Amino acid sequence: MTYILKPQFHHPSLPTNKLGFTRRDYEGRVSTLCAGCGHDSISAAIVQACFEIDLEPHRLAKLSGIGCSSKTPDYFLSASHGFNTVHGRMPSVLTGANLANRELIYLGVSGDGDSASIGLGQFAHAMRRGVNMAYIVENNGVYGLTKGQFSATADKGSKSKKGAVNSDSGIDLVAMALQLGATFVGRSFSGDKDQLVPLIKAALTHKGAAFIDVLSPCVAFNNHKGSTKSFDWVREHNEAVNRLDVILGRAPVTAAYAPGSLVEVAQHDGSVLMLRKVARDYDATDRVKAMAYLHERQAVGEIVTGLLFVDPDSEDLHDALATVAKPLNALSDAELVPGKAALDRINAALR
Amino acid sequence: MESTNTEAPEYFHKVVDCQWACPAHTPVPEYIRLIAQGRHADAYMVNWKSNVFPGILGRTCDRPCEPACRRGRVEDEPVAICRLKRVAADNKGDVSARMPTAPVKRIGKKIACIGAGPASMTVARDLAPLGYHVVVYDADARAGGMIRSQIPRFRLPESVIDEEMGYITALGLDMRLGERIDSLGALLKEDYDAVFVGTGAPRGRDLDVPGRQEAAANIHIGIDWLSSVSFGHIERIGRRVIVLGGGNTAMDCCRTARRLGGEDVKVVVRSGFDEMKASPWEKVDAVHEGIPILNFLVPKAFTHADGQLTGVTFEKVTPVIDDKGRRTLKPTGAPDEHIECDDVLVAIGQENAFPWIERDIGVDFDEWGMPVVNETTLQSTNEKVFFGGDAAFGPKNIIWAVAHGHDAAISIDHFCRGADVRLRPPPGVLVSSQKMGIHEWSYDNDISDDDRQIVPQLPIAEALGDVKAEVELGFDAALALAEARRCLNCDVQTVFTTPLCIECDACADICPTDCITFTVNGEEEELRPRLKAPALNLTQDLYVSGALPTGRVLVKDEDVCLHCGLCAERCPTGAWDMQKVVIEMTHAGGCSK
Repeated sequence: MTYILKPQFHHPSLPTNKLGFTRRDYEGRVSTLCAGCGHDSISAAIVQACFEIDLEPHRLAKLSGIGCSSKTPDYFLSASHGFNTVHGRMPSVLTGANLANRELIYLGVSGDGDSASIGLGQFAHAMRRGVNMAYIVENNGVYGLTKGQFSATADKGSKSKKGAVNSDSGIDLVAMALQLGATFVGRSFSGDKDQLVPLIKAALTHKGAAFIDVLSPCVAFNNHKGSTKSFDWVREHNEAVNRLDVILGRAPVTAAYAPGSLVEVAQHDGSVLMLRKVARDYDATDRVKAMAYLHERQAVGEIVTGLLFVDPDSEDLHDALATVAKPLNALSDAELVPGKAALDRINAALR
Repeated sequence: MESTNTEAPEYFHKVVDCQWACPAHTPVPEYIRLIAQGRHADAYMVNWKSNVFPGILGRTCDRPCEPACRRGRVEDEPVAICRLKRVAADNKGDVSARMPTAPVKRIGKKIACIGAGPASMTVARDLAPLGYHVVVYDADARAGGMIRSQIPRFRLPESVIDEEMGYITALGLDMRLGERIDSLGALLKEDYDAVFVGTGAPRGRDLDVPGRQEAAANIHIGIDWLSSVSFGHIERIGRRVIVLGGGNTAMDCCRTARRLGGEDVKVVVRSGFDEMKASPWEKVDAVHEGIPILNFLVPKAFTHADGQLTGVTFEKVTPVIDDKGRRTLKPTGAPDEHIECDDVLVAIGQENAFPWIERDIGVDFDEWGMPVVNETTLQSTNEKVFFGGDAAFGPKNIIWAVAHGHDAAISIDHFCRGADVRLRPPPGVLVSSQKMGIHEWSYDNDISDDDRQIVPQLPIAEALGDVKAEVELGFDAALALAEARRCLNCDVQTVFTTPLCIECDACADICPTDCITFTVNGEEEELRPRLKAPALNLTQDLYVSGALPTGRVLVKDEDVCLHCGLCAERCPTGAWDMQKVVIEMTHAGGCSK
């Protein structure tokens, strides 16, 4: 790990956002991960995304589980709320936090071990309930902290650094998220920030369960020949279905697009997702076709990336439960203690 | 763009902005690190090799290195390079044993150096250890030239001059002090193999306006007056003094006048404050000593009564941009201003004067009366005669004189050995990786956030009371260390090995100043604006790698790189390495002894 603090000096032309912050103001502490770890690139992408959407740091809560990936919230957004939970239990703690204070923006950071093994059930229920969050899995297919055993997302037939062949089927969290009802599903690669940063921006502004699976090579234990999570393998097999631009606050669209190649998806907060098609006939608003397409391409060895599915009419857990509009800590005694008349009404309704 | 050839010594040399800007190319970061380690004698010798007069320059240099310093581009102020040099000189102890000695055997070549100023003494220092018989002539009784005669003692104590001239005279020179050369032609008839002219720009420009003759007793030429003060011939000046001129000589004049009884001293300048030729810090020092600087006033006449100076009349002007875009000073039409005074010091420029060089001895002069001198070799049209310092191209400063001295010495050495005078030996380049462990480097890569340290000064009352009391006290050990730590170690270079890169982005992510971009290659003009941070400082190079597996290239903008080494620390494959590249100019004799 690096011993020195990252110097405070920055480029003299570093731009500021609407809040007057530079990108550097969204950074965290210096990473303790191995040099070259894909996770550090994802942290940098989160920093860039939060800077670009003019996020007020105190409005974001970052929650994580256990593992290399789950250490990373220390390395971005030092001025935000943070909760490093129990292994695999990030979705539950985040769900609780979200129910208590719906005004914060929730970012869950997890890994393939944390979400696809010990926390698989937790992951599933957060998705199916539509918890309003951005759920990022930093997926390297390997247990890096314990020196390179296969994780649950490692593809069948892929090789470990020592040459062992994985005999178990890999869990595809993207397919699961689609099947479980997530209203925003994307996949990306830590080595492609042009694709990843807009996806994170869109996920953070999406209402409902937004899931992004980010392939993130482990340079120490899973970046060799025979791995399907290495820089080289992902670059060779990466097939993006679309390119995304996130337009905040209905800013005028200045880029020119070829006719028929652009799909606009308006989100609840007023932002617009501009999807430039790369794969012909791919419709990112059709869940069933998306699932079929993914299976099809996976069978021929492609790694499909991009914004794979988005539901423009998404709802979240608060809508389903018809919860109170205010955060619980903002409720006054008048609202919490409605008085005897109200109690009598409730009791009468139960008779 | 083509991939960068880092084998060419100029590439990394240019990254070390201070060293590149220094006319003598002193390896600045190298000696600053030595100071930080308390190795003052080593730091002094690094300086001494390059610039010959570290103690003198550490107090008086015009510091071309400081405006170039990279630190000045990432924060407000550059590193106080000049004053750190003085720290090395002040604390070095006895270095006489490290100095070269006069060779036992001479090579049978005899060189005359005319003038014992910085240019001549540099030639002497470079040539004497090689076995040349060097004869130095100077009209003054002691060596030093303008360093001794024109720089006031409160900026440069005499002991420092004596010491550093002494290191050179100890090399077995034949010092003919007090001997003025009145004829170059006669000298050339003697048995010299080559002659070096380092006679400076000894004539102060006069101001020929009405009243000049009548009030002559109280109107003094600045540099002449300063040397009279230096040699103890003048000890007083009137109570009210006007200094005309805005250069460093004017600043020395006004501050000296303050110490010799001038209570009401004013500097009056034609130009605006910002356009004055004086170094910014010299203006600050003058203002600090209670000397007002009045701008946009052009002297029109000296007023006098009964043969006694009474004051100066000035015309008020204002800057105007003419149709050709040139900035000129135009009278405002306001009534002239008269300022009363008892003495005037004229410091409006210096000129060369070569009445002692006959025009028929093969040394050609141009229409402005300057010798025709080759800028690289410093050879005149008479192949035996070389020029350097202010004598060659007009008034500059000490560090330029030293640089000329080195270049002239190389030429003279080649000339005397029958080699091609135009040949320039390549610099010595020493490359060494600084990696000590996975995340440990043999230099201090933890960037200091400190502001520039201020040099302590003598209390103003004490300073003004004694013309010989040095005003600046120099950095103490703690201040020197704090200032040394501000250096960004620009000579510890980021070196990239293309085949090792796996394009993981770790370096681009960690770089605090957004210097690193992985992108598709392009032409330089097209590439610069689309980097992660636009590379708009065209004086700074782009470091471009070879093609990477994805077809992209790495582009590093050298402009504001902090040399913190984080790119190399976060690189999993060692594609980045921090390598110290020490570049030392090669002096006469082919080795940089």
